[in-house]
Amino acid sequence: MNPALIGSPSQPVTLSDAKLSAKDLSFYYGTFQALYNISLSIAPHKITAFIGPSGCGKSTFLRTMNRMNEILRNTRVEGELTLDGQDLLAMDVTTVRRRVGMVFQKSNPFPKSIFDNVAYGLRVNGMHKRSVVEEAVERSLTHAALWTEVKDKLNKPATALSGGQQQRLCIARALAVEPEVLLLDEPCSALDPIATLKIEELLFEIKSLTTIVIVTHNMQQAARLADYTGFFFMGKLVEFDDTRVMFQNPHKKETEDYITGRFG
Amino acid sequence: MGNTISSRRRVINAVMLSLSGLCTLLVIGVLFFILGYLMFHGLKSLNLAFFTKLPKPAGETGGGMANAIVGSGKIILLATCIGVPIGFLAGVFLAEYSGKTFAFLIRYTVDLLNGVPSIVIGIFAYAMVVKPMKHFSALAGGVALGIMMIPIAVRTTEEFLRAVPNPLREGAMALGATKARTIFTIVIPAAISGLTSGMMLNLARVAGETAPLLFTALGNMFWSRGWSQPTATLPVMIYNYAISPDEDLHQQAWAAGFVLLTLVLVINVTARLVINRGPAAARR
Amino acid sequence: MASSTYIANIPRRSGVRVLYDRLRGGDEIAYLVTLACAVATLLIVALLVGELWINSQPTVKTFGWHFLTSSRWDPNSGNFGALPFIYGTCVTSFLALLIAIPLGVAASVFLAEMAPPKLSNILTFLIELLAAVPSVIYGLLGIFILVPLIRDYLVPVLTKLFGYLPIFSGDFYGVSFLSAGMVLAIMVVPFIVSVSREVLLAVPTDQREAALALGATKWETTWQIVIPNALTGIFGSIFLALARALGETMAVTMVIGNTPKITASLLSPGYSIAAVIANEFAEASGDLYVSSLMFLGLVLFGLTIIINAVARILILTTQKRGA
Repeated sequence: MNPALIGSPSQPVTLSDAKLSAKDLSFYYGTFQALYNISLSIAPHKITAFIGPSGCGKSTFLRTMNRMNEILRNTRVEGELTLDGQDLLAMDVTTVRRRVGMVFQKSNPFPKSIFDNVAYGLRVNGMHKRSVVEEAVERSLTHAALWTEVKDKLNKPATALSGGQQQRLCIARALAVEPEVLLLDEPCSALDPIATLKIEELLFEIKSLTTIVIVTHNMQQAARLADYTGFFFMGKLVEFDDTRVMFQNPHKKETEDYITGRFG
Repeated sequence: MGNTISSRRRVINAVMLSLSGLCTLLVIGVLFFILGYLMFHGLKSLNLAFFTKLPKPAGETGGGMANAIVGSGKIILLATCIGVPIGFLAGVFLAEYSGKTFAFLIRYTVDLLNGVPSIVIGIFAYAMVVKPMKHFSALAGGVALGIMMIPIAVRTTEEFLRAVPNPLREGAMALGATKARTIFTIVIPAAISGLTSGMMLNLARVAGETAPLLFTALGNMFWSRGWSQPTATLPVMIYNYAISPDEDLHQQAWAAGFVLLTLVLVINVTARLVINRGPAAARR
Repeated sequence: MASSTYIANIPRRSGVRVLYDRLRGGDEIAYLVTLACAVATLLIVALLVGELWINSQPTVKTFGWHFLTSSRWDPNSGNFGALPFIYGTCVTSFLALLIAIPLGVAASVFLAEMAPPKLSNILTFLIELLAAVPSVIYGLLGIFILVPLIRDYLVPVLTKLFGYLPIFSGDFYGVSFLSAGMVLAIMVVPFIVSVSREVLLAVPTDQREAALALGATKWETTWQIVIPNALTGIFGSIFLALARALGETMAVTMVIGNTPKITASLLSPGYSIAAVIANEFAEASGDLYVSSLMFLGLVLFGLTIIINAVARILILTTQKRGA
């Protein structure tokens, strides 16, 4: 990792107003080091995308940002990670995950009703008042562009929805607790182009509500959606810049090779 | 030449295949024979008095097994209250919390307990409950059957919880749920139909147990109040009546056998159908 | 975050409510409670072994190893020897396996190799139901159906054909090693069938296809390729059945005759470890008597544990190889 990158002229966000920032972050699965000294800052109310070949560490990094990796045994984090300048690694883990939401590669609706899926996060976080929960469910489903499709069947099982609808339900479920950051781990990889387009549109819409970080293997998706893009390779953040710069005029040869399809 | 060998081989093939099929038929035949015979003799001897009357003193005919039916119910209830919570929670521990080595130790011990002959469990319950209390009791019978329920409760719970896909756990935790919250509000509800069926099978298994009750609950010709008196149960009644020389008691034993077998088979069939349809079957 | 309205407005809760939420979300509590239950299972087994051991000490001290080799069981004179029971348990279990192995393995071969999957599933389901039938019911049927059948049809044939053999000599009264062995055979067949079938199904399909492609018949493929592949697991199922047979109490007690004698003839009445415990424990008086029965329980426990462990290892080995 080239430490000069952090201070490079094209670095989009200064560390002081970053929503989330990592400094010298390394991650280990047992003895295997999956991330090497990652340093970067995520700008608030923007979409940041991470691209790179599979196994490059982009998903690992994403899952470090809400500490989902802690579920696995034998993992270790080194370095700094801050949320609004507070030490994220020292915070209560459930608070971190409430503030930094996540949507997974394969949609994972709970085997409950649509309503209960969206309400789950609220209830877990201590909100039981019916009227508030109902309002939040409607709002979240609306933001996830799903309300009109499901408003008449809120008590139907969520697993009966189509794949694209299920993934939007998962986004609604994540939005319901009003996360400050929303992490998406290849959310469209299992969806058809039309469902993908719907999700991209809604991500664009909810940018005003939350800060979005998305991992994708689809470079066009990053180019369409993201304000900033980071390129991961072999556990290192090779380059991180304004999306236009990344795709039109990358500074690193590896980035250019990947974007032009010469490897990966 | 080649032709004769091949025809010999063909004959052997046909004979062996039919033989194996015949063996299968024989085994299945036993089941239908048991069912048929019990049905025939049991239904013939079954009447309302069987469910409502107390046993008659030796020598008199008539009477029923009302006290044994209630006694069996009481003891099974107590066994469930002891065995299912312990086994279930231990299963949760194995599926969700434990590390490798400790889990191996627990699993091994549980399998060991599962293999212990029921009569030995009876001795244990005798030593733990009957000896200190100085008399036979429903409590001792319940403890014996409760211990017998633990191993299956542990293994079913572990198996069905493990069958719940991990993304569901991650989804809940990503919303800020604690691990315990995730387990109790997402994982267990997702596995609930399998878990209930497994527990029903477990219950059906101990419902027919006789050996561990012989010297814990013992038996009783009358109603037993509370938990600290000797208590009659259906299986023990069947045993006592079957080995007695009295023809009338044999009829009652058939009736009781019919009731017991019907109960056990109905639970088995329903629970197995639910399990085979459930997510655990899809995993296989 | 600007629009953070409802979450920020979640009211602070009263003490009880906070405690309740902690309990519901409480990882430490859940961990400790489930751990306690897991440890409880360990304790129960430890306690079980401990109780049996401590309570059988009077017998161990009085008779020592001689207890296991003495064939005299006479509670009235205070003489206790376990050999007739060990003998009876072994003879009946062996007899049961002798009948159950060919029957069970053949049935499992049919179910795994020949029957169409749908039929196989239904038949297996039915056979597994046989395993759910309570043992006292097998005993009931044993007394009233099997014993008369054996007496009227099987024994006359056996004595006529093989009467010169010591195992088929002597008079037959119905209750006997033979009857107990046959009831046990019926009881353990389902275990052999269901485990063996599973093991056979775990043999990779390409092995079968390779043999069939070389021109082997269905039976040759099964006999020469599939069964050898699954042999370890089939042995596992047999040991599992053996463990069941050794510990089986009610059905044996009802048809074995309950006579502590060692005789070569299968037609004579005998006794088994489990049966003597079932019959005499409730009425046993005197420390030595109870302690001797407890020691018998310990012997039975030890036997089944070893056999079960062997069965488990064998089954695991084949399943791993198949996977």
